[in-house]
Amino acid sequence: MQAHQRMLDPTPNGLHSGESPLLQTLGLTKRYGDFLANDSIDIDIWPKEIHALLGENGAGKSTLVKAIYGLIQPSAGEIRWQGERIALSGPSEARTRGIGMVFQHFSLFDNLTVAENVALGLDGKESFKDMSARLEQVSKTYGLPLDPRREVWQLSVGERQRIEIVRALMQDPKFLILDEPTAVLTPQEADQLFIVLERLKAEGRAILYISHKLEEVKRLCDTATILRGGKKVDTCNPRLETAPSLARMMVGGEIKEVKAPAGRQTTVPRLVVNDLSLAPSEAHGVRLEHISFELKGGEILGIAGVAGNGQDELFAALSGERLSRDPGTVVIEGIAAGHLSITQRRKLGAAFVPEERLGHGTAPRMKLSENALLTGHAASGMVHHGFIDTAATLKTVDRATETFDVRKAKRDPEAASLSGGNLQKFIVGREILRNPAVLVVSQPTWGVDAGAAAVIRQALLDLATAGAAVLVTSQDLDELAEIADRIAVMFHGRLSAPLARSEATREKLGLLMGGSSLEPKEAAHAVGA
Amino acid sequence: MELIEAIILAVLAASTPLLIAATGELVTERSGVLNLGVEGMMIVGAACGFAGAWLTGSIFIGALFGIVAGMLMSLVFALMALGLAVNQVATGLALTILGIGLSGLIGAGFVGERITPAAHLYVPGLTDIPLIGRVLFGEDGFVYFSVALIVGVWWFLYRTRAGLILRACGDNHVSAHALGYPVLRIRTFAVMFGGACAGLAGAYLPLAYTPFFIPGMTAGRGWIALALVVFASWRPGRLVVGAYLFGAVTILQLHAQGWGVGIPSQFMSALPYLATVIVLVLLSRARTGGSTAPAALGTVFVPDR
Repeated sequence: MQAHQRMLDPTPNGLHSGESPLLQTLGLTKRYGDFLANDSIDIDIWPKEIHALLGENGAGKSTLVKAIYGLIQPSAGEIRWQGERIALSGPSEARTRGIGMVFQHFSLFDNLTVAENVALGLDGKESFKDMSARLEQVSKTYGLPLDPRREVWQLSVGERQRIEIVRALMQDPKFLILDEPTAVLTPQEADQLFIVLERLKAEGRAILYISHKLEEVKRLCDTATILRGGKKVDTCNPRLETAPSLARMMVGGEIKEVKAPAGRQTTVPRLVVNDLSLAPSEAHGVRLEHISFELKGGEILGIAGVAGNGQDELFAALSGERLSRDPGTVVIEGIAAGHLSITQRRKLGAAFVPEERLGHGTAPRMKLSENALLTGHAASGMVHHGFIDTAATLKTVDRATETFDVRKAKRDPEAASLSGGNLQKFIVGREILRNPAVLVVSQPTWGVDAGAAAVIRQALLDLATAGAAVLVTSQDLDELAEIADRIAVMFHGRLSAPLARSEATREKLGLLMGGSSLEPKEAAHAVGA
Repeated sequence: MELIEAIILAVLAASTPLLIAATGELVTERSGVLNLGVEGMMIVGAACGFAGAWLTGSIFIGALFGIVAGMLMSLVFALMALGLAVNQVATGLALTILGIGLSGLIGAGFVGERITPAAHLYVPGLTDIPLIGRVLFGEDGFVYFSVALIVGVWWFLYRTRAGLILRACGDNHVSAHALGYPVLRIRTFAVMFGGACAGLAGAYLPLAYTPFFIPGMTAGRGWIALALVVFASWRPGRLVVGAYLFGAVTILQLHAQGWGVGIPSQFMSALPYLATVIVLVLLSRARTGGSTAPAALGTVFVPDR
């Protein structure tokens, strides 16, 4: 049927006609049970255009691009490609037609080589040898160097993304979808990516660019379509908008601004790490090397860095999930704690919020009250003579709900039933309500909507104001700039010397995140001073 | 001289069913599916293989019966573990229990019957060479086939695009799906291949190893095959080493017991397991890096549509 229509149409609207959009969705709808993930979305994408798709988590961005790439079938509505109605049987058909996609983080095979990964994304019509040769040529042409023989698990995040991009480019797509490509890149790596994207645009290709980094969108994109709750809210020219105006459209209201209370006093050191080194616990892990820092009460220390540079390992060493041979490497409230268990560290006044909400921060199928008990049993008076004080656990849930505006259907639902933002508010709230002396929190607002993110950041600031020491690991530099007093960068298991917030420019942090050292300059300064 | 030749022949005969069954399971596991029902598929293959050969008088048709029986068993597994996304460990264990019962039922009428076992190759001149003649040119068809099978599987996995796609499914089914590969269909084929191999390995026992059928005659060989796949870190080359080593130590310890070596027989019987574990652990210690198990092994995959 499809092929038939195609043959009957003597003048398909080509790339250069300019008369009809390259890709068009009309009333595209995707329904999962009662839930409308996409509600009648119209979007036009023209050649030589970088089109941003904006929206909070759960707004329906992923569903829309999956439908365009043929990964899911729309429930209603249609997709037109060069003016012709198409029904994609799957991604391989999308690729054949000239639609390429660069996934955020889920389409590489760790134990296969670069060349094998690329081969899997192609139709397999050319021999492996020819393909490898073309791979090297394409990666050279676009300035995206890759060694085809290396296995993916050995590569950095930036290199992994290069594989995805080169793989998509090797199909010579007319239309390329990029799903949050800069989420895991250093600012410098992102700049290099923008050069590639501008070049692709100049070659006449169209790009659909999913991001929630508004400054980036303003800089790069010609058009922006904003989704909210599965519906299209607006299409605009992002260059004529401001970041706050775009954010308002995404959220559908004002976002509370995070305010750092003035006159915060730093007090005694509450968390000290002395020359902490730790071998990795798993095959592809990172070795921690000589990490030292001192964190005083009333202070927020931010740890920046590209994911996978030892942040998880550092969190495990601080929380007591992994023990250190030398007790003096981790000192909590003046007591050597490197050899102490998680519970013992909690009793010293420390609290921990891991990156992963479901499965690490909470047990997904357990109720919130039970999850409150899991971290509060040692030091929050919820257990008497070995019996659980159910009333006390419920009270914790109620207090967290009230204080941090956790929205949920029941008083005490299962953790997995909450949305990401609300669950994160609950987890952070649960720990803060214990009045910790030290709070170690990893990616506090990862994948959380803007409203909840503001609540969480404010809570961290308030906790520091109340005298606690707060350690925040985040990949979001804007977040760290907003709340941290000092920022250090992790790279290959090493931690840089912390920079004061006023000195921590994006450029400096970016250099550190890429493994460059600021030391020569700093040393010169020191001598000069 | 004659004794050495006899020992080598016995080693090959003891190793062949392990090699065939383990090769099938290796392909299944490389696609990301853990089928613990090898023992069950083997024993049904043994019963059906013997029935086929006894009824038709042809070893070849008997072997086909075994293959088809193993495949049908594996389809039951595929339906449950892939189609309905049931836990693979539980399904595999249930398949073994089912297989043991089913083989008793099918084979009940054949217990005590005998057939002419599979013919051995005879090439005038070559087969008569002392020591190596019968080893290289005087085996039955199963032995030659098993060697061709493992070489073919190696070539398939590492030299063909289809093999690459199969390995990709085992490494990361979400990615494979996102690239548009039919993960469940590929895995179903892999499971069926594993079933066919297990069925053939089972049929080898009454068709070539001993020319009669007794219930439970696989005697745990399916479990050994499963263990060999893991110890061989999912690599065909190491699988060959493991299978023949296991066979060799099994036969040697029998002879050693016959010679009256003063070691308790229970320890001697345990020796093949011990030797295989030690050698394969040493082999896998020498690996260069990267994880060895297929990353998606045993995990349930439900594509979203």
